Amino acid sequence: MSKVIDWFNARFPAREMMREHMTEYYAPKNFNILYYTGSLLLLMIALQLLSGFFLMAHYVPTSQDAYNSVQGIMYDTKWGWLVRYMHVDGVSLIFILLYLHMGRGLLYGSYRNPRELLWVIGYLIYVLMMGEAFFGYILPFGNLSYWAGQVITSIIHAVPIIGPGLTTLARGGPGVGTATLERFLALHTVLWFLILAACIGLHILALHKVGSNNPDGIEIKDRKGADGTPLDGIPFHPYYTVKDIFGVGVFLTLFAAIIFYAPTMHGVFLERTTFFRANPMVSLPDVTPPWYLAPYYAMLRAVPNKYEGIVLMALAVVLPFFMPWLDRCKVRSSRYRPVYRFMILLMAVTFFTLAYVGEQPPLPKYFLIERLGAAIYIGFYLLLPIISRFEPTRPVPERVRS
Amino acid sequence: MRKTLPRAALGPLFALATAAHAAVMKPPVAPPSVPFTKATVIAGAQFFADHCSACHAVSNLRYKRMGADLGLTKAMIKKSFMKPGGANYLKGMRPAMTQAQAKKWLGLPPPNLSHMARALGPRFLYTYLTSFYWDPKRPSGWNNHVFPNVAMPYILAPWGGIYTKNGKLLVPGRESPAVFDRHVADVVAFLRYASDPSVFERRAIGRYVIGAFVLLSILAYLLKKDYWRDVHDKEADSHSQKSATIKPARKG
Repeated sequence: MSKVIDWFNARFPAREMMREHMTEYYAPKNFNILYYTGSLLLLMIALQLLSGFFLMAHYVPTSQDAYNSVQGIMYDTKWGWLVRYMHVDGVSLIFILLYLHMGRGLLYGSYRNPRELLWVIGYLIYVLMMGEAFFGYILPFGNLSYWAGQVITSIIHAVPIIGPGLTTLARGGPGVGTATLERFLALHTVLWFLILAACIGLHILALHKVGSNNPDGIEIKDRKGADGTPLDGIPFHPYYTVKDIFGVGVFLTLFAAIIFYAPTMHGVFLERTTFFRANPMVSLPDVTPPWYLAPYYAMLRAVPNKYEGIVLMALAVVLPFFMPWLDRCKVRSSRYRPVYRFMILLMAVTFFTLAYVGEQPPLPKYFLIERLGAAIYIGFYLLLPIISRFEPTRPVPERVRS
Repeated sequence: MRKTLPRAALGPLFALATAAHAAVMKPPVAPPSVPFTKATVIAGAQFFADHCSACHAVSNLRYKRMGADLGLTKAMIKKSFMKPGGANYLKGMRPAMTQAQAKKWLGLPPPNLSHMARALGPRFLYTYLTSFYWDPKRPSGWNNHVFPNVAMPYILAPWGGIYTKNGKLLVPGRESPAVFDRHVADVVAFLRYASDPSVFERRAIGRYVIGAFVLLSILAYLLKKDYWRDVHDKEADSHSQKSATIKPARKG
């Protein structure tokens, strides 16, 4: 047996990769519950690929048959409902995990030197994921899919000069129809997904180059023992592999509870208007985005002018890319930065309030909340360079606390 | 009222969507809790097959699938539920009326009800079915509080009775309000099942899947605890002897 393994390792760096990324990759020993999100996200992407494969095997990308083919999966295909609910609810869970994962990065300063590129690639994955979710959202071709497709592609229309041409290119014609479904399916399952998967690979490679941050924001590589390994580090395998298996167990329990007992999550994970067939003659009273994109939609609505609204929304999406350079404080973790910690909490509350408001019909009573929310969101990034330079900090311990 | 004319011309979906919206804003009848078991679904399916399927299709739900989900044999399905002529056991529930007839008699083809409970919610359907009133100005003689100028005539009137807009009982139905409400709830339960036929299968399997994952979690936790014992031991060491004599983290 060992001869076979040696033969294999002489021809493929399996042993080296195992060492580099698992058994000799040292991770801080003080990871908390937020550090389960990374491995859970990887698991969820794999599950989406699996369920997506089965969905695509039954899906027909034409405006005539798309809706019925999805209903065929729900009514006539053995285990079809399981596969579709896995895929649909999986999206919402991926975004919950993404928000926790990114929130953790903000809380513990995981975007700081030397992890700038890690943050930028990670945030790029989030932006790509929004696109991936949008393409997938159109495919079942319920009435919400149709109108969401119309509204979102019409945003491109606002681009100066080439806007109208780009909109036609995105739709494959003057309106959302069969050509749109065909190209969105190709993007959703091939090109966009492969780019996304490649970025996830780059994200993990970048992480293993610089090493994981931790809740204390201390560099464990700065303190090494006699054998040259970090004193506060433990090998990823077996310690974090067994820990992550436990996390997977708990997470899958929750996932199963949603799939089997509340698959539409009361119209939040799977909206009611998706159960009407797409109909260009019947406009919806209000087209609202899924909850995970609603904050941006609320900010779009905060400005009455279409172009200014789109600029604000684009700014909201782009600003977090610059987080590593906006933060000027010497201390990383918000554990030792009370002012920054308050800012992060305010940001989280604002973001999810905007998500709620973005799901509501456009009533005047939400207008003030939308504007205030947008101001806090943008203000956070614009004021951070000034505040972080002068904010008070608490003494940072030399070793991680456990 | 004049404003509702183009709305009626735009077809039932728009009006339904708007009505659902209005219902969310101001529900006129407090909906009761709708019981949802195989028994209520079968009772509702029976009523639906006897009366509603004269006009309405549930085209996505095949008779065979219904039998399998509700525990009914082919003979029972054929006898009780396959009422319209030409109904095929392997195909979806079809109406007795053709689209052309429906258009001639009612002005609009009655909608396929496959996804209606998912689209509008069982609570809305219940409120809708109990909110009809006598309106001599309408061609059918019927109107609805949550779906103004509805095209559907109130076929439930013989059971539930005829009311005016203000809620005055004109002609009592053959059922008491309590019994009638339960019958409507049965029909709604059937529509809820029809819009989500995996529901009983899901509920039956769900507990075992969750049980299996709970078991996995417990075993994984015990494994994790065992593996992490030496991390915690080392920590205790480092607190007593300082960091100089820490054992290497990896063996070998």
